Amino acid sequence: MSTPASPARPRRQTLLHHRGLGPWTWAVLALLAALPPLLQVMGLEFYTVVATRVLIFAIAASSLNLILGFGGLVSFGHAAFVGLGAYTVGVLMEAGVASAWIAWPAAMLVSGLAAAVIGAISLRTRGVYFIMITLAFAQMFHYLAVSLKAYGGDDGLPLAARSSLTALPVNLADDASFYWVALGLFALVFAGLQRLVNSPLGWLLQAARENETRVTATGGRVFAVQWSAFIIAGALAGLAGALLANLNGMVSPHLMHWSQSGQLMVMVILGGAGAVWGGPLGALVFLLLEELLSGVTIHWQFALGAILLAVVLFAPRGLAGLFRPRGDAHA
Amino acid sequence: MDLILVAEQALNGLQFGLMLFLLAAGLTLVFGIMDLINLAHGSLYMVGAYLTAAALAAGAPFLAAVLAAIAGTALLGMALEVALLRRLYQRDHLSQVLATFALILMLNEGVRMIWGEQPLMLNTPAALSGPVELLPGLSYPAYRLLIIGVGLAVAVALYLLVTRTRWGMWVRAGASNRAMTSAMGVPADRLFTAVFGIGAALCALAGSLLGPLLAVQVGMGESILILAFVVIVIGGIGSIRGALVGALLVGLVDTGSRTLLPAALRQVASPELASSVGPAVASILIYVLMAAVLFWKPRGLFPARG
Repeated sequence: MSTPASPARPRRQTLLHHRGLGPWTWAVLALLAALPPLLQVMGLEFYTVVATRVLIFAIAASSLNLILGFGGLVSFGHAAFVGLGAYTVGVLMEAGVASAWIAWPAAMLVSGLAAAVIGAISLRTRGVYFIMITLAFAQMFHYLAVSLKAYGGDDGLPLAARSSLTALPVNLADDASFYWVALGLFALVFAGLQRLVNSPLGWLLQAARENETRVTATGGRVFAVQWSAFIIAGALAGLAGALLANLNGMVSPHLMHWSQSGQLMVMVILGGAGAVWGGPLGALVFLLLEELLSGVTIHWQFALGAILLAVVLFAPRGLAGLFRPRGDAHA
Repeated sequence: MDLILVAEQALNGLQFGLMLFLLAAGLTLVFGIMDLINLAHGSLYMVGAYLTAAALAAGAPFLAAVLAAIAGTALLGMALEVALLRRLYQRDHLSQVLATFALILMLNEGVRMIWGEQPLMLNTPAALSGPVELLPGLSYPAYRLLIIGVGLAVAVALYLLVTRTRWGMWVRAGASNRAMTSAMGVPADRLFTAVFGIGAALCALAGSLLGPLLAVQVGMGESILILAFVVIVIGGIGSIRGALVGALLVGLVDTGSRTLLPAALRQVASPELASSVGPAVASILIYVLMAAVLFWKPRGLFPARG
């Protein structure tokens, strides 16, 4: 006889549990950390920047995956939070604040606050109306950035330098160092999100995706749960934006363009919505395909489109779905 | 403020709104009936504009070019429906977004392969290139009047088709309850293909009529697609009447605020401020409109589903 009173903590095998890498974590991290010197040996230093971009987009896509995949809330305005984070870094840099210790948390704060306001209004709607209202807010921020003549308007704002991590022996101007910082932050974000989706908040978020009425009826506060997730996702996207501003050396309204939100959505769906690996996998595959195909043919977009189409038709749960056994599967 | 200017802008808004309606009508039906989010709808508009340009370049008269573009785009739309999109109806919205995003990439690149990177310029037909004096002091380009006329005629025809024919009854039934409609024996497959073909034809019509006013270029479909989505969300998904009202609202607000708002701002604020803030506020206004509509009517102005 099993003891009946074990509380409602899902076992490791249940549908709601999302495994991380387990014992492989440190091996993968070590491999990723060794990438810059490896690339240097092979004479492919340029790819350090590409790898950094992949890590940054992995953070952004993972944050979107929290609300889109785990929450079932299809936000079409996630680029706004990335852009707000980037602009926070740019504006602070313009004002003479170059310290990453101040600028990056500030970027997360600004994006998180914006997400709090947008989420409070948007979460009144569902389905396609939610898609469109989040798009509407993102467009507002996009045009606001275009109209900010003091910060470059349509042309954007070049950064004087990368943020400085004073008190750490790290010079972000060096591409490899910047890569390692991005890798560290990505690892933190990934581990945090994996813990989050396996926490009571994460279970409620996924349960509300499956059946909102039932969660409400059993006493779950759906709005509070979804709103928290929306704010966390916004703040993490702000962090990705802060890093992206540093990588690109500039911020521009294009960061908030709706096509950027669309691209983040495509990364998440490609990788696997509602799978912890969805965001990183999608960002990696999308950006690598873009990089490799554009080297092969000028008509690379055609090939990219064909590959995405094949994924939709033959891997309905995204790439991450291919690696999960059936039954354990949860799209 | 100048009344002539206001009247002219109202006509421009009407014209733009009617063209948006052509796009939104197909989009709202596909969305409402097949429950398919078709991001590639704007690409059909682009294909229509390019086919018109190609037919004109081949020496066809304007009317023939427009008809050829409509026929070609409708065929392409129906072929896409039969070959690909049909498989997506049962899938979730996310798969549809990814698949139709992939279609955008492929159609854009396909157009680039055939017609190249440079935007094409279309000329207005010579007979319609002059202005027409509507009222004393108010002259308006004849070509834009033609667009308004065609747009109104299509809107009426579509209204009659949807409200007065058996086919239209099926369409409305499909938008209100899809499963029940097929259970009652409506030939869903043929209905869906036909709806898609008509949607594509309307896109092509908008593309060929707007071609001479805008540059025909790759990517022209995406910017107008977002506006078309705004329109159908304001109007209520699946509702032709909603699409018309939404399109006219968006067309008038967008056009009006672009010209009238900076002018109005100049009277209350400094010119520099008006010139920098005006366009941004104008661009933002339709999204504010949409957010406001959704705030008070979360299912749009004319919800099609009960």
